[in-house]
Amino acid sequence: MMHNVCSPVLQSKGESLQQQEASFEPASRLQGLRDRDTVTRFDREGLPNAEEAYNFFTFNFEPDPPDGSERSSVKRRKQRKTADRDEDRGDEAEEQEEAEADEENEEENESEEAPLVQNEEEDLFVIDQSPQDFLEVKKAVYIGYQNHIQRESEHLFTPSFRTPTSVKLPENMKPRYLEDEGLYVGERPHVSLTNENILENRILKMEEGMKWFGDDGRIMALPDPIKESSTRPPLFHMEEDVDPSLQTVYRKALKSKYANLYIAGAADPEGDYQLDVDVSGLIFSHHPLFSREHVLGARLAQLYDQYLTRQHNNLTGHLTDKLNGLRSALRNMLEIHGGQSLTQAMQQRFSEYSLEITTRQLRDSEQEKDRTLLKNIVKVWKEIKALREFQKFSNTPYKLYLRRENVDRASDEREHEDEILAEVVELEAESEEDYQKKLAEYNKQLEEWKLWRRKQKAKKKKKKKKKKGQTHEDTEDEDQEASESEGPVEEGPPKPEPPERLDFDSIEQQVREKASRIRRKPGEAILIPELSASGNITASELCPSETARRQDVARRSLFIKILYNDKEVSRTDSRSLNTDFRVHFGQIFNLKIVHCPQSINLQVFEEIGSSCSLLARVFVPVPEPSVVTGNVPVEEYEFSSNQRVMFDHEGVGSVPLSFEADGSNKQTLLTSGKLSCCVSWGIGEDDVPLAPPVSQQPGGIHGLGRLDAVTYIGASGLYDMKKIGEWATQSRLDPNDPKNASIMQLVASSGEVTAPEYFRLEHLQEEFNFVTDEELERSKRFRLLRLRNQEVAEFRNYKCVPALEREVTDKVFQEYEKRLKEGEIIDTKEHLDSHRALVAKYLQKIRESVINRFLLAKHHYILSDLVIEEEIPSIILGLNLFKLAEPKRPLKPQRKERKKVTAQNLSDGDIKLLINIIRAFDIPIRRPQSKPGQVPQSAIQSSDWFLNQVQVRPFVEVSFQRTVLQTTTADGPNPCWNEELQLPFAPNGDYSNASLQSVKDEVFINIFDEVVHETGVNDKDRGKSIHSWVEKHWLGSVKIPFSTIYSQSRQIDGTFKVNTPAVLLGYSKERSHGANGGYDFMRSLSEGTFITLFITMEPQLVPGETIREKQFDSQEDEHLLQASERFEREAAQGYPDRPCVSTVIDLNGKTVFITRFIRPLNPPQEFLDAFPNNPQEATALVARFVSLIPSLPDRVSFSGACDLWSTCDQFLTLLAGDEEEHAVLLCNYFLSMGKKAWLIIGTAIPEQGPTAYVLTYEQSRYLIWNPSSGQYYGQYDTFCPLQTIGCLVNADNVWFNIQEYTTPMRLSLDVTKANLWKPFFSRSFSHPGLSSVQPEELVYRRTDKAAAAELQDIEKILKEKIMEWRPRHPTRWNRYCTTTLKQFLPKLEMSRGQDVTEGHRHELQSLLGENRISGFPLHLPFSEIRPIVEAVYSTGVHSVQASNVEFALAVYVHPYPNNVLSVWVYLASLVRT
Amino acid sequence: MATSNPSVFLLTVNGQIEGANFPEYDDLYCKYCFVYGHDWAPTTGLEEGITQITRKNSQSSHRLIWNFPLETTFKSTNPSGWPQLVVSVYGPDVFGNDVVRGYGATHVPFTPGQHTRTIPMFVPEPTWRLQKFTGWLLGRRPEYTDPKVVAQGEGREVTRVRSQGFVTVSFHILTKDMKKMGYDIGPSSPANSASVTSGWSTEEQQ
Repeated sequence: MMHNVCSPVLQSKGESLQQQEASFEPASRLQGLRDRDTVTRFDREGLPNAEEAYNFFTFNFEPDPPDGSERSSVKRRKQRKTADRDEDRGDEAEEQEEAEADEENEEENESEEAPLVQNEEEDLFVIDQSPQDFLEVKKAVYIGYQNHIQRESEHLFTPSFRTPTSVKLPENMKPRYLEDEGLYVGERPHVSLTNENILENRILKMEEGMKWFGDDGRIMALPDPIKESSTRPPLFHMEEDVDPSLQTVYRKALKSKYANLYIAGAADPEGDYQLDVDVSGLIFSHHPLFSREHVLGARLAQLYDQYLTRQHNNLTGHLTDKLNGLRSALRNMLEIHGGQSLTQAMQQRFSEYSLEITTRQLRDSEQEKDRTLLKNIVKVWKEIKALREFQKFSNTPYKLYLRRENVDRASDEREHEDEILAEVVELEAESEEDYQKKLAEYNKQLEEWKLWRRKQKAKKKKKKKKKKGQTHEDTEDEDQEASESEGPVEEGPPKPEPPERLDFDSIEQQVREKASRIRRKPGEAILIPELSASGNITASELCPSETARRQDVARRSLFIKILYNDKEVSRTDSRSLNTDFRVHFGQIFNLKIVHCPQSINLQVFEEIGSSCSLLARVFVPVPEPSVVTGNVPVEEYEFSSNQRVMFDHEGVGSVPLSFEADGSNKQTLLTSGKLSCCVSWGIGEDDVPLAPPVSQQPGGIHGLGRLDAVTYIGASGLYDMKKIGEWATQSRLDPNDPKNASIMQLVASSGEVTAPEYFRLEHLQEEFNFVTDEELERSKRFRLLRLRNQEVAEFRNYKCVPALEREVTDKVFQEYEKRLKEGEIIDTKEHLDSHRALVAKYLQKIRESVINRFLLAKHHYILSDLVIEEEIPSIILGLNLFKLAEPKRPLKPQRKERKKVTAQNLSDGDIKLLINIIRAFDIPIRRPQSKPGQVPQSAIQSSDWFLNQVQVRPFVEVSFQRTVLQTTTADGPNPCWNEELQLPFAPNGDYSNASLQSVKDEVFINIFDEVVHETGVNDKDRGKSIHSWVEKHWLGSVKIPFSTIYSQSRQIDGTFKVNTPAVLLGYSKERSHGANGGYDFMRSLSEGTFITLFITMEPQLVPGETIREKQFDSQEDEHLLQASERFEREAAQGYPDRPCVSTVIDLNGKTVFITRFIRPLNPPQEFLDAFPNNPQEATALVARFVSLIPSLPDRVSFSGACDLWSTCDQFLTLLAGDEEEHAVLLCNYFLSMGKKAWLIIGTAIPEQGPTAYVLTYEQSRYLIWNPSSGQYYGQYDTFCPLQTIGCLVNADNVWFNIQEYTTPMRLSLDVTKANLWKPFFSRSFSHPGLSSVQPEELVYRRTDKAAAAELQDIEKILKEKIMEWRPRHPTRWNRYCTTTLKQFLPKLEMSRGQDVTEGHRHELQSLLGENRISGFPLHLPFSEIRPIVEAVYSTGVHSVQASNVEFALAVYVHPYPNNVLSVWVYLASLVRT
Repeated sequence: MATSNPSVFLLTVNGQIEGANFPEYDDLYCKYCFVYGHDWAPTTGLEEGITQITRKNSQSSHRLIWNFPLETTFKSTNPSGWPQLVVSVYGPDVFGNDVVRGYGATHVPFTPGQHTRTIPMFVPEPTWRLQKFTGWLLGRRPEYTDPKVVAQGEGREVTRVRSQGFVTVSFHILTKDMKKMGYDIGPSSPANSASVTSGWSTEEQQ
């Protein structure tokens, strides 16, 4: 509302503004104006207001003297106010505006404010005081440094001085050094002296500071817990080589006895335990508020109590009876024997007598005690009486009556006399006995003495004689003798004194004296004291000196706190102290307990007014479980306090006190008393004691009782080491304490005591377990759930786990358990050779670990797994447009991409394998049946024979999963079938990717020759009939693993080389006509049969996703990994069809840079030695060796998870690997042989997909080696299976092919040309000097000929198999042929199956004469028996139906180093013609 | 019919997808499906479905009403993998392309009786700004590969989402034999036992 403050010139404008605003103002603001018309308001009131305001403001701005103007202005305003109020009541807005205006004034004229406020009746203005009014401005005050220090010293405490010991100890106490007293004191932790001083001074200032100091005047401290040296053994973590002694050993966690402090079962409602604490009352035997009379009274009561107990026990009476009994027995004995002293009887008498003596003495002492007690009672009573008389009032109600029992004086005297006499007689006899003994002793000694005297005399005489005339020697002897005898002269037995006989009179005297002292006098009345509390206590009014004390007593009250396990659980009501110093509580507390009872502590508190103090603590033992409420008497526990109390009234206090007038005979009376209470276990509703079982009170007893070894195990147990050990553990002896050193040593030597070696973090964990672990383990349902969760293959998609335990059958686990068991046991049938069995097991393990890793990786998601997102549009998208402009070529049809089907929607029979067999080249042709002896003249035949001869009638048979389909028969060596075969595929009902990938079946594509035999049978009746039967002869095969088909996203399309046997009996390989001599070299390389195939699956399955290899961890440098990723990405973008590999995964699952795998490695020495002059032969041998290592695609072994590369030594140990391993090994061998070699990463036809070959540069030619077959091809070889070269690798670098073409023929293989080959390491990113992962040298095991010989068993197995496959026909074996064949096999091995001489075929044929023979040798690297059997089966030799067929089968196993085996199987069927 | 020793328990879910609250969008439809664990099997009713397209009232109300009925019965042996209702809402953008407007999931309530759930909805965010633009331009917003991923926790850490609106679903739950198999779900009093004899326990939620 600033417009009111505006100058008058702006007034009209302000009004218009106000007008505008009024329409916008919220309704609430205008409520006051609602009743009135706004227009009238402006008419009437607006103008005068403005005028006034103008005056008002101009007036204020003038520099007037304050006193003149202020009053008038205020008056005027008041006037106006009252006037306004009539017109516009409730126009608060207006008033507030004015108030604001006032504020403005205040700023200018402060002095105006005070009277304004005072004069103003309205509170409105009071609010508007500004903070400045209360402020006082002063200048900063300087305080001098000295003053500052002085002031600080009042508040600050600087403890720098050393505190004297006397300050830290209670008054009048000397420091006590426990260590000096021989007690064990641990070493104190080191604290610097200054800190200690500071701390001590600080503590001294504190309340109750004294309790922090020990007896020696130092701060109490526990022994230093820090060990001087580290107790943990240092861990030197080198690679994986941990010291075997530091290997962690798994120990199953043990259940700790002490871990469970809770009572088991306390949680469940039935198992609550109840401890009843009955606090009945309290009696003080001394209290500071006792008056003197009370002290005496208490003593009297105590003595009387003692008297009563003595009376009750009546020891004197017992002993007297016993004595009498003994005496009578003795008398009887004497009578029977009539004084005859039998030795035996005498002995008995003696023993009994001695017993009697002790009895009599015991009785005497007891009698004496009785007497003194009585005397004391009387004496104390007299004192009380005297005191009462003296102080003229009585404070205690005690009254002692002495009942007098009169006795018959005469009998009493007689008895007394008898007693004395008897005793005297006994004593006489005793002393007589003693005297006799002593006398005998004396006589003996006397005898000895006399003897000695006599000797002495004799010696003296002798000496005299000898001294007269003797030889020297004699004198020496004599001297010695003399010296011997002279000794006793001085020390001779003194003459014994004769024993004195005791005077009978004196004995009697003594007895009488004693009797008068300890017994009542004869005829004296028997005094029986009786104490009663029936006396009256003098009222307080009558004894003014007592009032103060009695008032004090009345002020006091007592209560008892009950502490269970040192925690207060309840307290009794507060009861006032009675004048008789007895307090009755009579309260029973029922404690529901959860913790094991360890201590029960009752604390007696005294309350004076509002302050209370602890008088004493009473420790009550934890009751046995048998102690239950109801059957326990109330027990009394004594307590006492050592507090000193003094009063200025009659109360005696607890200080040394004398009852004598002269102050002597001081007695210190301390507060003490008895607390009667009882603790027992409660009883439940059904009389069940609510006590925990005994075993669950571990801590309850050992507090005190177990520390004493003897009470714990009993004296006899002290010899039992085990018991001592047990005791030592349970009493928790301090092993550092020197007191316990011996026992600890003892125990340690027996090995019984071991401190717990573990630390349990959550020792209450067990409490929260549902069931025990064993039960959980046993639960089949739980196991099933767990296995499913772990994604174990058998249970991965298990549906509907039964709800109840009993519904889970054992059958579910059978398969799983079987598999587990198989993992352990190696099937020796499958593996003829133990090494391979081990390898298989090892592979299995690796496979499992890789699968686990893979499963783990599957749970790592990246964004593209979860979210479909539009790619950033790229230029590639634009390229697709150009495809539209491509010319249509209907005569060159392209295969179209089909829709992919996810595996989930499939069921059995849906999947088919489509195999399109198109054509084949160079199939071997039949050799005409040459008669024996006829010389084959190929030169003559070649022209006409070639034309009219039925060369071969081949057909193709495809077998997959034992389903066999075949094509029609075509003619000639280059047939064209162009047929499609459909094979059903049944992957065991599981269509998941993982399962499909792990299908190990292979597709066998066999080429057979159909041979029709005709035999003319001349039947005379019916004329000539012709029987013909068809035979099929195996020519070769191609096998393609299913995993290859599955993993190929599109299809397999290409020309494959057919594996043909080295020798085909009856067939020959014909060169193409018009053989050109110039091509000879090339021809020999391309020798072989080829077949063009197209294989795909219907419907097309989505191949299993390749694992994201980058998720594996790596030890490579981060830069290198990034560079490699970039390299591969760029390669994939530019040339998507060229494989590029720069990093691979090793067997440990770590990413390794590929060049690390290349390193020259030595081939087996014997290969090099075999052909020292022919390096080419050696090269071929090495290549053959590598090819003989069985091939095992990673996809099969690792279920398509990933491609793992093993190093060469691993490869040679595993004896299985795929192309990469073969290629790396071959490349490394070549490098070590001095060749220039590279690894080719590319694609090839049979492998279909990224594979590895080896490139060598020799004699200015590039050779491409197929590592899995050992064959080599020239760069320009048309039949080279290598189709694409993606990159080349050697130890230093990786080159990526950036040329236009990929086929080797059209490539320049010169890697130095940077525009053709893009290097990984270039000048910008140089080779960081990566070390190789390969070993420095390969170590080969010698060829084991014996092992190879054992493998000849294969022959037997194969023969059995063939017979098995021919169940309806007899299988005859031609032994002669077999032996012949066997001779050929080593030759074939020698020639590496290559250039087969015609010779041996002729030889064979000549040997076998009229038999028509067809057969071939199969050559396989040995891995296991199954592939061999499969290969034999696929040839179909066994299916020959002819009745007169005979078979021949020979096996030869050739061993190479490191257990690499080459297996040759020669199969032949013979038909007698 | 009620056997004394049941081997499965049954859960009947009746209810409806009542509507949604998406202040910015209109013309939406909703797809729903149930996600459940290995031990569950639907016995009757539809497991997934798609609603009609609804429009907002021309008045100020923001509500979109579908009132799409749900009626499914599951049988199960194990409460683990309790069914979740996954809803995903789609609608046209400015260019008329159907784009996703929200994903959401909720567990089917455990206790018998009537329940209403309001499910907050969200959509995945594009990784790059550029993608956001092109996505808008081409009508291809980021989508989950499978709407069911919103019912699982695994792998969600790689995604980033934006909140979009709410879908309201009401459930009427009946269970059978759960108590017999030892699964005590929620408030059940002895008074309830009368209805247990009929095999089905229903209890109105207070």
